[in-house]
Amino acid sequence: MWLLVIFCLLIGVFIGLQMPVLFPVVYAKYMSIAILAALDSVLGGIRAYMEDGFDSTIFVTGFVVNALLAAGMAYLGDRLGVDLYLAAVLVFGVRLFQNMAIIRRYLMKKY
Amino acid sequence: MRNRSAQITIAVICIILGIMLAIQFKTQENINDTLMPGRMEELSQQLYEVTKQRDTLAEEVQSLRDKLQNIRQDNQAMADMHDEVIKANMAAGKVAVSGPGIVLTLNDSTHTLQTGENPNYGIVHDYDLLTLVNEMRASGAEAIAINEQRLTAVSEIRCAGTLILVNWVRIGPPYVIKAIGDPDMLTSGLNIRGGHLETLKILGVQTNLQKTDNMELPGYNGIMKFTHAVPVEQANEAQ
Repeated sequence: MWLLVIFCLLIGVFIGLQMPVLFPVVYAKYMSIAILAALDSVLGGIRAYMEDGFDSTIFVTGFVVNALLAAGMAYLGDRLGVDLYLAAVLVFGVRLFQNMAIIRRYLMKKY
Repeated sequence: MRNRSAQITIAVICIILGIMLAIQFKTQENINDTLMPGRMEELSQQLYEVTKQRDTLAEEVQSLRDKLQNIRQDNQAMADMHDEVIKANMAAGKVAVSGPGIVLTLNDSTHTLQTGENPNYGIVHDYDLLTLVNEMRASGAEAIAINEQRLTAVSEIRCAGTLILVNWVRIGPPYVIKAIGDPDMLTSGLNIRGGHLETLKILGVQTNLQKTDNMELPGYNGIMKFTHAVPVEQANEAQ
């Protein structure tokens, strides 16, 4: 399982580095928030997998919707003049750490 | 079986995440490269090159002007015309001139600022120079130069951030204003009671006014372009 995750991430990074595509500079900020959301979703999925509560539909929709929502929120915040993206960073940051902690505990129990 | 499909989903999503991460890395790197110090260095390099080019061009103008001068001198028939041109050039500030006059040195105040004090007071501004130059002209100055920048008929004295632009050249303190004219007239004109020089002294600006018997002012070596003004024919007036 762990090998699979790391291996797939590496493949993805490799493909991404080979692709001659760049995000437009204007949207780079929104993309970074979206990526944070996506990262959170993946960690949440892995955690659910370890808890045997994994559901593919929830995982995939969560991945897409969270990313879009986070980027959309950052965009809306920019329009309004409020740093709404900070809210996204905070929420996803906290959840990242929580998920990591839970995964760590599972791993410690396992080995 | 459920486990396998879950693994496939996670694998696919991980690949997508990896791609996004990589592209974002590249984008971020690109932003840092283009907008950060590299760009600034490039711009300052450009500024340096352009400044150097301007200096060489100014030298070229000078040498061409010298050549023109030689040609004019060779031709005796044009002697009268030549005199007229010299006079016009002196008035326009295009030739170096020498003579008696005054040297006025201005520098920002050394007074340390107390809380609540306006920092603008001890500083020499563009309008200070303008007013003083105006005063000198009223006192009969025939040629004026600020920090070796000769004032011409089209010269500007203008604030540019912390410095002052004269003839589109940036100058900074201390400001040395040299004026050729009757030294006594100029001195008394500037020292007039309630005049601008007195105001500056009260505000703490360091001033130093000296008379000289002989000094030289440089000519303006830029190019004067008249794109809008056209001379009106005045042939009848001469008769």
